[in-house]
Amino acid sequence: MAIVSGMHRISGAVLFLFIPLLLWLLQQSLATQQTFESFKSAVSSPLLKLVLLGLLWAYLHHLCAGIRHLALDLDRGTELGAARASSHVVLIVSVGLTLAAGAMLW
Amino acid sequence: MVNRQAVGAHYGLRDWLAQRVTAVVMAIYTLLFLAVLAGMPKLDYPHWKALWALPVIRYATLLFLLSLFIHAWVGIRNIFMDYIKPADLRLVLYVLVIAALVCYTAWSIRILWGT
Repeated sequence: MAIVSGMHRISGAVLFLFIPLLLWLLQQSLATQQTFESFKSAVSSPLLKLVLLGLLWAYLHHLCAGIRHLALDLDRGTELGAARASSHVVLIVSVGLTLAAGAMLW
Repeated sequence: MVNRQAVGAHYGLRDWLAQRVTAVVMAIYTLLFLAVLAGMPKLDYPHWKALWALPVIRYATLLFLLSLFIHAWVGIRNIFMDYIKPADLRLVLYVLVIAALVCYTAWSIRILWGT
């Protein structure tokens, strides 16, 4: 399914664009007790929560699609049927993991 | 007249390998870090700060971030090679991305050892 391959690209590009935000958040969480508190309130705002959940999905999708890619490199699951099935697995597992992580975190 | 495209040469295999090695490093780090997080007794500032003071966390995270930046470079360059046709514009974008990634590397070291 070409959509998984296209999404691998898009999720990768999105993750690249958000590197500065994530580095900044890590910095805020570590600098001082005060910045830690403002980090906590920032990540509990609905907008940033949504952004982070979206990034988590992008990360998990990219990871799952990457694992599938490595399997294909090793000549596993290269038949059309198996490749189609594994692309569906990538979509479902990454959404499932994102929902599970989202439910756990919030 | 030969119309050569400024796309470089013979880095295909090296990049192919780098992309996979960095991916595996990041995947392993992700799993290990999740396990570490799950094992934290409490997620308040003192515990969080103490975790990031551990040399193993600092060096492992630096390895993760360097892998990420190399991985991002290979991936972004592939995207540019496919979609940005004018060679001079593509070169400018390459320089901007490299500059950003070098800055992120310095920033990462500052975050990991300076805070």
